[in-house]
Parts: sequence; C-alpha cells; structure tokens
Amino acid sequence: MRRVADKLVIEQLQHQIEKLQGNTVHSTDHKIVLGLGAMENAFPAKVFTKGAVHELISNNAEQATCTSGFISVILGKLIQNSGYCVWISHVPRRSVFPNALKTFGIDPERILFVDAAKSKDALWAIEEALKCDALIAVVGEITELSFNDSRRLQLAVEKSHVTGFIHRFKPKTENAVACVSRWKISPIASAATENPGVGFSRWHVQLLKVRNGQPDEWHVECSPNGLKYITTKQTVIHEPGERSTA
Amino acid sequence: MEKRIAAIWFPHLLTDKLLRKQPELKELPFVLVNTERGRRIVKAANVLAKEKGIHENMVLADCKALLPELSVFDFNEEEPKKLLTALAEWCIRYTPFVAIDLPDTLLMDASGCTHLWGGEKEYLTDIHTRFKAFGYTLRIGMADNIGTAWAVCKYGKNGTIVPTGKEMAALKELPPAALRLEPVVLERLDKLGLKTIGSFITMPATALRRRFGQSLLQRLAQALGGEIEMIDPVTPVAPYQERLPSLEPIRTAEGIEIAIKTLLQMLCERLQNECKGLRKCELISDRIDGTIERISIGTSKPSRNTLHLFKLFENKIATIQPDLGIELFVMEAGIVEELQSSQDALWAVSGKNEAAIAELLDRLAGKTGSNSIHRYLPAEHYWPERSFKEAGSLTEKPNTEWRTDLPRPLHILPVPELIEVSVPIPDYPPMLFKYKGQLHSVKKADGPERIEQEWWLQQGLYRDYYCVEDEKGARYWLFRSGEYDNGDVKWFMHGFFT
Repeated sequence: MRRVADKLVIEQLQHQIEKLQGNTVHSTDHKIVLGLGAMENAFPAKVFTKGAVHELISNNAEQATCTSGFISVILGKLIQNSGYCVWISHVPRRSVFPNALKTFGIDPERILFVDAAKSKDALWAIEEALKCDALIAVVGEITELSFNDSRRLQLAVEKSHVTGFIHRFKPKTENAVACVSRWKISPIASAATENPGVGFSRWHVQLLKVRNGQPDEWHVECSPNGLKYITTKQTVIHEPGERSTA
Repeated sequence: MEKRIAAIWFPHLLTDKLLRKQPELKELPFVLVNTERGRRIVKAANVLAKEKGIHENMVLADCKALLPELSVFDFNEEEPKKLLTALAEWCIRYTPFVAIDLPDTLLMDASGCTHLWGGEKEYLTDIHTRFKAFGYTLRIGMADNIGTAWAVCKYGKNGTIVPTGKEMAALKELPPAALRLEPVVLERLDKLGLKTIGSFITMPATALRRRFGQSLLQRLAQALGGEIEMIDPVTPVAPYQERLPSLEPIRTAEGIEIAIKTLLQMLCERLQNECKGLRKCELISDRIDGTIERISIGTSKPSRNTLHLFKLFENKIATIQPDLGIELFVMEAGIVEELQSSQDALWAVSGKNEAAIAELLDRLAGKTGSNSIHRYLPAEHYWPERSFKEAGSLTEKPNTEWRTDLPRPLHILPVPELIEVSVPIPDYPPMLFKYKGQLHSVKKADGPERIEQEWWLQQGLYRDYYCVEDEKGARYWLFRSGEYDNGDVKWFMHGFFT
C-alpha cells in the first residue's frame, strides 16, 4: 500500500517539475502519437513533444533541403489538412517550392510564408506567430538564435501550445538554446535498385539533444508512404571541417 | 407649412459633362453611343449635333451619313445616375432634401429655404447662375408639388415660379407630355386632338378614366396637389472620420495612445452600428506649428476590433514627432467594407481562428511590409516558375489540384544557376557537374522531363530536367537548355530534392 502511495507522490512531483520546465507533454490533449515510429521513443513518455520549440541545424544547401523535408514530414502529420502554419524566413534565403509540399501531405495553401528583411524582424515575427494559438505550427528559418531569444520563444509556446521549428542555416556556433530538441538531418546515398533511376531518398537523422529523452540517430528512407527505418549502417560522408557527431 | 418644390432639368447633362472634361470639343458636333442589339445607338448628342438633325435613339451609321465629321464617344449606362447623384449632393447647399429623377432631372424640396437667398426668384437665379458657370445648360421651375414643378420646368418658360393655388392656370397651356404620362396615353390624347392640358383638365374624371386609364387621373391629381407625392432624397455618405481636439497640446506617447484609443472607440462604435469593418485607417495629427503628422495602417480583413487596430497603431506611434505638441487628432477610415459579425457564432472555431490569424498577419505586415506575406495557390502551368500564384486573401480557395505526379524539388533557386558539366552522350544526364566550385559525380539519375516554353506567354528554349543524385546522396534538379544540334547547350542548377 505504502509503495503505491510513494509512487503516486513521485509521479506528482515529476509532473510539477515538468510543468516548471515548461514541458507540457503529459497533458492529455497533446498525447497524440504522430506515427513517427522509433523516433518518438526517444522523447519523454514516447510521444513527440508538441507545443514546444524544436531546433534543427543545417550547414549546407543539401542539408537544408533535407531539414525542410523533415520539417514538412512532421508538419504534414501535425496539420492533418486543417488549420494554418506560418513559415517565416529571413530573406533572401527562402527557397521552398510550394508545389513540392503537397508530396509531404501538406496543402501548400495552408502555409503562410512571411519574408522578413532583417533577422531581428524575423525573430520578432516568429515570437508573435508562436503566441497566436490559432496556428498549428510555426517554422522559422534564421541563422543565429541566442539563449535569451530561445527562452522568449519557449515562454511564448508555453502559453499558446503552438509547435515551433527553428531551422538554423549555417550558424556560427551551435550554442546552447532552450529548445526541447536539436536535430540534424543530412542526405545519404540511396539504396541500389534494380530499376534505373534515383529511387527513394534517404536521410541520416540525428537527434543530438532532447530534453528528458534519449538522443539517438537513425537512417530513414522517405517515401510517399512515410518514413521507413533502415537498420543497415551506411557511411555518411561529412563535409570537410564539419564536426563529426557520430 | 406648405411645400415648395423646385425642379431642375439638364437637357444636355452628359454632353455638358463631357465638355467640362474636354473643353476642346466645344466647336465639334459629337454624340455618345451605346451598343444595343448589335447596333450603335445614339444616347446623347450635343447642341451642335442636334442642330444638324441628329437626335437620340438614332443609329450611328445614319448620323455618320448625315454628318461625316461627327465625333463619337462611348456611353456609360452608370454615368447618368452617378453624375446626377453627385450634382444632388452638391445641391444639398440649397436644401437638405434633394432627389434625383432619372435620366436628367433633380427635384429639390425648397420649403423654408428660399428666404435665405432673399426670395424664390433669387433662389432660382442663384442655382441657375452657379450651374451655368459650371457649364451646364439647365431649366428650372418651382411649384407647390412635384408634378407642376416638373411640368413648368420642362415645358414652361425657364425660371417659372408657380404661386400656391395657381397650378391649374400654369398647366393649362402646357402639352399633355408635361404630366409625365406613358407614351400610349400621350399617343391617344394626340389622336383625339387634345394638344394642351387645358383641353381635357375640366372633363369629368369618369370619362377620362374610361378612355385613358387611372394613370392620367393620378398624374393630374399629383400636379394639382390632390395627391401627395414624396421625394426620395439622396443621403450623402458621411466620411468615416472622427476628430479629437486636445485641451492642452499633447507631447507624450501616452497622450497619443489615449487619443488613438478614444478615436478608435468612437469609430468602431459607428462601424458596429453599420455592420462594417475598416481596411485602411489613417491618424492625422495636427501639430501646433501647423505641421501635419500622418500614420496609417491596413488590415487584411475588414476589422472593427478596437484592441487589434490599436495594436497596429501602437507599432507606429514612435514615428510621430509631437515636437511642441499636437492640438488635434483626426482618425479617418479610408476604406470601409461590409463585415457581418453575428453570423460568425455559427462556425465559431474556424471563424475565430481565421480572425486571429488575420490579426496576426496584420501585425506582421505592419513590421515587415505588406508585400512580405505570401500564400500560394496552384496555377495550371508546367513551367516551374509559373506553376503557383499568389493568393489574394486568407480565404481564397484553390481552383485546381496541386499536382504530385511529377517530381518537384523542395528547395528551388529563384534564378537557375549556370553549372559546368561533362556529359557522355547527348540526351544523357551528366556524369560530373561543378556547382559553386565543388565537383559532384553523378551516381544515379532520373529524366529527362521536358518542359516546353508556353509560347503564348514567353518565347525561349525548352528545358530538359534531370533529377540526379551525387556520391553523398544529395539530390539536385538540373536542366539542359538548348539542343546539341545547334551547339548552344547550357546546363543549369534549379533546385534541391530532399
């Protein structure tokens, strides 16, 4: 009997700690499994953290494309063809081709693109958008994100429960930020197929940091049916000068 | 108090208006024509043209035969109403009740107004002189009721004033057409030799009704004052403007904030009552030294939400320089649109969401500029640059489906970039290519997908697109422009696949 009571107390305490940390994943309305498979197991309570800010880092155009693709896969599952998403970019970098979003299960007309001329304006816009609880998700394409700025974003989503994706392209340093996770997506060579042609693309998905979770990495194949995990390890050729994270 | 009605007839309303706009036409005969059942019919002719025998409802070809040098302009069906309404609004200086009577007459209820001009004669003279100065030809008549005023205006001496009770005498000499009768009745009267109103006005009502119908009796009663006829006055739209003078010159941001809040409150209250919302709003601050400071905001959806509008203004308060102080604030809604609010409750969730998103976009547009927000809809073009179009609003729905049958890259370069390639044989994807100084060797490739220029939009070479994967697994969208036969082959990088 006593053991059960202790367990309850500990659970309550854990709940309180998570609340203080701004992690609201345990509230029932956010406990919706996205169907990402093994990736979700890396998160606390084995559920992809919604209503939080995720950070993604890319260092070149190819990685940036895969990162956008990865965001689009998750966005497609979040939007479910209702609601809107705001995609804020610090111009001149926005290069998303709206037509291609449809292949990731997103109606491109549900995305509102905002181009900010200054990075400061882009950050302001991301924060304002994250405060708007009528949105499903916010994607921000910027370069630098200081710790203080990331905390502002975190405070914004704690109230509104909007999911944020901060895609940092070629940041000077990979500084610590208050986001729940940090991802890095890079392309890997696709499998040799019997038929000529390119086949489905493959990504090396690295979950470098995750709050209260277990960082991990996976090789996945992106097909119209969703993400497929590949168990056989493949070598990833890293750019010269890029930090190996394996 | 008895009624006094003034009627103003503009015999050459449209041509006078055109002459006002283009005085160089003064010496030329010209007509305004409209196409009806495949024929060009004259709708209005100026004095010079009328002197040459051209009249309304003639076919243009006949007029041209009569007068080869005739100038022709297009007739706009909305024009008479628009013009008359504008003139009526101008006439509100003479009386608060002015009505239009299409196609070319104004009716004014001048009861109790004429003494301000020193009498009825002076009143009419003033109107006449002013319109004359504008370049309009006009005839005026005044009487106790609309019927008689209309009759003496059109068929009596110009400037006739019919004293109270003398309608019968005034009408006697006029033709029956002055009673505003239908053409059928007029024709019948003419056939019977009744050329003036006086010839049948004394006939018994039963006889008149039997032969000419009730309408003649009604018109007679209206002209003689037996039946009251009301005029339907034009009401000019008051501008959506609110003013707030300040007791003391205002110099602080808080003061300006209070002023904006008060003005918005007043403006939105009026919009609420009229079921309208504003799209554009301007705050004009008159400074003590005579300088005028302006800030303006725009919204993507009509809005009358004081809080939201205030937020939009709030971002711009810093740009106002109060200097010595502001003595008068004027808030003007430049563009106002219909906004039904009661209906929103039915689909509260999506409606509210969209309103919240529209408000967010307004805030963002205020900071980053209104052309920085884009929403895309599919366009039916294969050419990649034209395969999507900008949506005008948040609620616009796509007319066609987005295509997913052809591979398209997730990232696209705004302008294709030239690359160096080595190709084994023509029409094959490249083996190697150099992009931004980096060499990529192609391991796998798909294609080509040929996209032709849409010749009706743009001339140029077609493109052969290849999707290639390099040794690292990165995928690119390359295209070849031009044929090997002609020797001017160029390769371009156009996008990145995931």
